[in-house]
Amino acid sequence: MAKELAMNASEAVDTGTDTGEYERESVPKSRLLGFRSFLGMYAGEHAAGTEFMIGPLFVTYGVSAFDVLVGLLLGNLMAVLSWRFLCAPIAVRVRQTLYYQLERICGKHLVSLYNLANGLMFCFLAGAMVSVSATAVGIPFHMTMPGLGDWLPNSIGWIVAVIGVGAVISIVAALGYDAVARFANIASPWMVLVFLACGLAVLPQLGVHSLKDFWPVANKVVWTGVPIAGQAKYGFWHVFCFAWFCNLAMHVGMSDLSIFRFAKKTKYAYASAAGMYVGHYMAWISAALLYAHQLMLDPTNTAVAPGPMAVSIVGFAGAVCVIVAGWTTANPTIYRAGLAFQIIFKKWSRFRVTILAGTLATIGAIFPALVMKLLDFVSIYGLILMPMGTVIFIDFWVLPKLGMKSFYAEVSGININWAAGAAWILTLLICLFLALQAGVQKFFLFIPAWFIAAVIYMIGSRMIQKNS
Amino acid sequence: MKTICKTISYVGLLATVLPSILVLCGVMQLDTHKTIMWIGMVLWFVTAPVWMKK
Repeated sequence: MAKELAMNASEAVDTGTDTGEYERESVPKSRLLGFRSFLGMYAGEHAAGTEFMIGPLFVTYGVSAFDVLVGLLLGNLMAVLSWRFLCAPIAVRVRQTLYYQLERICGKHLVSLYNLANGLMFCFLAGAMVSVSATAVGIPFHMTMPGLGDWLPNSIGWIVAVIGVGAVISIVAALGYDAVARFANIASPWMVLVFLACGLAVLPQLGVHSLKDFWPVANKVVWTGVPIAGQAKYGFWHVFCFAWFCNLAMHVGMSDLSIFRFAKKTKYAYASAAGMYVGHYMAWISAALLYAHQLMLDPTNTAVAPGPMAVSIVGFAGAVCVIVAGWTTANPTIYRAGLAFQIIFKKWSRFRVTILAGTLATIGAIFPALVMKLLDFVSIYGLILMPMGTVIFIDFWVLPKLGMKSFYAEVSGININWAAGAAWILTLLICLFLALQAGVQKFFLFIPAWFIAAVIYMIGSRMIQKNS
Repeated sequence: MKTICKTISYVGLLATVLPSILVLCGVMQLDTHKTIMWIGMVLWFVTAPVWMKK
């Protein structure tokens, strides 16, 4: 229920419409929700189509069993603590959506730019999920799956499958969003169990027949520490940072202000652990085990194709799970992207902008690089949106202590808070420099980026508030 | 009716995860496991919409 409320509200702010869900006001006490509402929502939302990709991709990057099992444990813990100590305290105190808070701080024009960036990122994320579903749809047609290193589509069959899946998802999102959202709620508990079933049933095929077999098999068969040819070598800190920052836009980036504004207490943010340890621990490990089984059967088959992997161990239910997992997450993602685009195409109908978003997602999905480089894309996605979360944090906790005003755009009536804009754009430019010139890997950019954005925003705010 | 559907739904979820535990224990063959999971999927999706809240 919390997810629907938050999504409805955030959607309404994007378009300036009012659906009566407190888009431009604080949530009253009478509408606050209990812990269980958030628990179910997070557990369901993070068992998505992309989990089928991320687990195997870690295998391709040559991580070790320790890297994965401990790195994910600790990285996901940091994600939970980020929700708990960065996002939730502000959410519970202000009780407003991310978009409305950003508008009050940054001004309408800057929020429009943020919406556009968010919308484009949503499109590509949805595209990744379309690709995941297409791998299952293509099975009965013996479609050649794209390879790990493929940037361009490798067959007409792949293009047809992606376009078909993308078209159906887009049209249904445009016409029947609510029906698919309800279907997603129904599918969630089942999907989580399918992920678990995949992981358990494949273990004997890998040579695990007792508990003592697990660690040797994990090291020698699954996470061997040797990357697939053509892939970079990742280690503990890559896994740790990825797990922490996988949902960067939501916790440090403050997108989940829209969700936790309904929480009675700050500690309800610990409900995010349900999502992290179900989806980003169990599901990733299960998917990795499936991929390892595929490699064991044919070491030359390095394609990360969730459909065939799942079918080989759990049969037809696995194909359905892959399609449903991709679809049910692509549906709201395309819908949100469409709403973000309505900022630019104000006179377009909801149907039209959703189709536009779905089309962009489908075009992205045609290129296998979108899923094969999913770890990179997710990292960049979070990095692009994170600085605005830093702005919200500093604006709420630090500016008043420095004698400056919070929510400056609202207070002064401006449409662009240049301090916030500078914090966002300059941070990204500095990160680009660090990545290209200084060789800092993208997984490790987030921590310096946060501090860079914080400093720029404080200095910029001092300058504009002093001048005014 | 809702109670019956709810019971069948939970049987469907059990049929989704229990076979994999039996495979892990060496008690069930993989092909049987796939068949039971298929049945569990059908049981869940047919009955869950009847009682699950929006």
